[in-house]
Amino acid sequence: MKVLNSKNIKKIDFDALIIGGGGSGLRASLELAKSGLNTAVVSKVFPTRSHTVSAQGGITCAIQSADPNDDWKWHMFDTVKGSDYIGDQDAIEYMCAEGPKAVFELEHMGLPFSRTESGRIYQRPFGGQSKDFGKGGQAARTCAAADRTGHALLHTLYQNNVKEGTNFFNEWFAVDLVTNQNGEITGVIAFSVETGEVSYLRSEATVLATGGAGRIYASTTNALINTGDGLGMSLRAGFPAQDMEMWQFHPTGIHGAGSLVTEGCRGEGGYLVNGDGERFMERYAPNAKDLAGRDVVARSMVLEIIEGRGCGPNKDHVHLKLDHLGEDVLNSKLPGICELSKTFAGVDPVYKPIPVVPTCHYMMGGAPTNIHGQVFQQTNGTEAPIQGLFSVGEAACVSVHGANRLGGNSLLDLVVFGRAAGKHINEDLKSGGGVAYANEDDIDKSLERLNCLNESSEGYEVGEVKRELQDVMQKYFGVFRRGEFMEKGTKMLVDIREKTNNLYLKDKSESFNTNRVEALELQNLLEVAEATAISALERTESRGAHARDDYPERDDKNWLCHSLYDPSQKKLKKRDVNFKPQTMEPFPPKVRAY
Amino acid sequence: MIEVSIYRYNPETDKFPYMQKFKFTPPEREIMVLELLTLLKEEDPTLSFRRSCREGVCGSDGMSINGKNSLACITPLSDVLQKNKIDLRPLPGLPVIRDLVVDMTEFYNQYEKIKPFLQNDQPHPEKERLQSPEERSKLDGLYECILCACCSTSCPSFWWNPDKFVGPAALLQAYRFIADTRDTRTEERLESISDPFSVYRCHGIMNCVNVCPKGLNPNKAIGEIKKTLLLRKESGNELIAKSGGT
Repeated sequence: MKVLNSKNIKKIDFDALIIGGGGSGLRASLELAKSGLNTAVVSKVFPTRSHTVSAQGGITCAIQSADPNDDWKWHMFDTVKGSDYIGDQDAIEYMCAEGPKAVFELEHMGLPFSRTESGRIYQRPFGGQSKDFGKGGQAARTCAAADRTGHALLHTLYQNNVKEGTNFFNEWFAVDLVTNQNGEITGVIAFSVETGEVSYLRSEATVLATGGAGRIYASTTNALINTGDGLGMSLRAGFPAQDMEMWQFHPTGIHGAGSLVTEGCRGEGGYLVNGDGERFMERYAPNAKDLAGRDVVARSMVLEIIEGRGCGPNKDHVHLKLDHLGEDVLNSKLPGICELSKTFAGVDPVYKPIPVVPTCHYMMGGAPTNIHGQVFQQTNGTEAPIQGLFSVGEAACVSVHGANRLGGNSLLDLVVFGRAAGKHINEDLKSGGGVAYANEDDIDKSLERLNCLNESSEGYEVGEVKRELQDVMQKYFGVFRRGEFMEKGTKMLVDIREKTNNLYLKDKSESFNTNRVEALELQNLLEVAEATAISALERTESRGAHARDDYPERDDKNWLCHSLYDPSQKKLKKRDVNFKPQTMEPFPPKVRAY
Repeated sequence: MIEVSIYRYNPETDKFPYMQKFKFTPPEREIMVLELLTLLKEEDPTLSFRRSCREGVCGSDGMSINGKNSLACITPLSDVLQKNKIDLRPLPGLPVIRDLVVDMTEFYNQYEKIKPFLQNDQPHPEKERLQSPEERSKLDGLYECILCACCSTSCPSFWWNPDKFVGPAALLQAYRFIADTRDTRTEERLESISDPFSVYRCHGIMNCVNVCPKGLNPNKAIGEIKKTLLLRKESGNELIAKSGGT
């Protein structure tokens, strides 16, 4: 194969480049396409195949439909509490306050929300939601399109991008960032999966909207494409990742298959039962019961299973009971769940409970950003944005979810911050912002990974190494964690890195070479897994989704902070949490009870 | 042991496509056809197919399984095995890029042609536009389409005229916007597909209904479009009230 270099690849210029065609990327691109800037979206799959399509229950936002007195400040309180107090309060405030505007825009774009009798958007209760700052009981704040909200949202955003004439590089895979001599990001190296053609896509602003990386675990609700490609690129470029120990395990993944069963099931009145037929969440969360925070519910389920009260012949799962809701409610409010349950669990929820188990679902961590999507790095103790680099959605850590995300807040996060980043880039570029050119060496450097793989004549099989990686993460970095086990897992990742550096690309062809794509994805997974492992090992406390049985308590004295993983040192630094909302008093840390 | 027969074609090395046979021992538990392909890819990494969500909502892995267009990820292997054999081919009617991967350009072009986005000429209200549950229910069975192309590529009319006949998937979406009480361009939408090809090449063969992995009924939506076009003609191009075409 020919060795790729800056002289033999094509170069294409853009004002703004969005890597990723899911919800956050498409919301950012929509804003930019409308602005008249020359914008392109690079997506490794046709955009409507992105993982946003799998979101079910809804988008949480105080639009005052179910409750005319609802208040975004209550939503903000819930989100701060849900984050176990390491969500940034300026960002949470921005998300909750801007949310209604962003949601109404989606409706104007055509999103087919379910409706109330008065014609307004239907809202359902979700976990961790309250009225009156936790004092007024359960709220119903999650705006839904049946149980296919993500599908409806992603298609609506794609449709509106078609309307605005956004440039799409569909089925193009972004390999690595191109950094110039000033340390600015000037675009990416990418190739067409269909033809193999490699190009340097140069841009004044590069937005990583590549979603999560749930595929670092063996069992996940995530799509097969969720391999953390953006984060992999930024870690390889030496940029930090924040709160990478914080992985959400969704309480209800279908046992065995891992497919998501929305929290909306419990919002509509479903509940969990153990092998004794007991509604066990009443013991763990007497007030919120099955609608406590996801981390709380997931841990309770695992404890039930560990203590021998699981369901089934191996007592390795619990049951989600829905049959008491009746066929009409299930068919109108949860039709997608009925379908998934029949396909993947062989169970019709109208008659029988669904076997479920906590399953890796969401990456709370990511590239550290401000509310404009600008990615930050720390140098000698001071923070500064990396010029030209932005990140939004699950790939980013802005941080609105802190140590535990509330259900329905991911879709809100991606539209609010996709929109905000688009607006910021538009203003910045129109007022003369931008980055300098990269030189030939800069470009060649970003081609190294691809060249290395293309030239491989022996080495490790992609599928084998991937399985090894996923098993290590599943075994040592799951719902409950312990120092000695995590140390073992972290050591095993050192060997796995050696293997991912020496993969054998058997298929060298140019046309739709998925072997090449999967090898590059595996290297991204490894970057994310390593950041996760080191961050989890070093945070010596339990907070939100990070539960250690050797450090079972929350330690606000030492750890009321973000963790910032530095890939060049493979070490953890601490970063202050923002406790300065713009318009109101901050919420101080409290004991988190549901 | 089962025999898996897979359509193979790599434009760089193969002059003609061919069927490759794999002998395979499936695991004891139930697996979907997609997992079968994933396991075979570990043996032969050159095998190419698309996949993403692996739960039937993204529409990536439409293919012809024993002659019927289906999504590999929600098709249990045991349901489709015939005498311990299974035959996997790319979706018919579209150019093959490689192995089970087809070029979907024509399919997406038809989708874009029907202007698949809400058009409303009124200024946006401050909050959402109101829509009653009854009005919203008209979109059920339409908006859920995942663009997998199983329907359009099983349609003989689409095979003959993929450039001129809009095809069941895009027509379902055309009707999704015609049926939406929030859309104000119904007349324009109808006019744009009133030629002899766009809709009228549908002859009610019903393959689309048989194969849709989401249980949708494009044929019914096409029937509604035809009916609305007819009523519109009868009433002298007057816009028929948006009551689902009747």
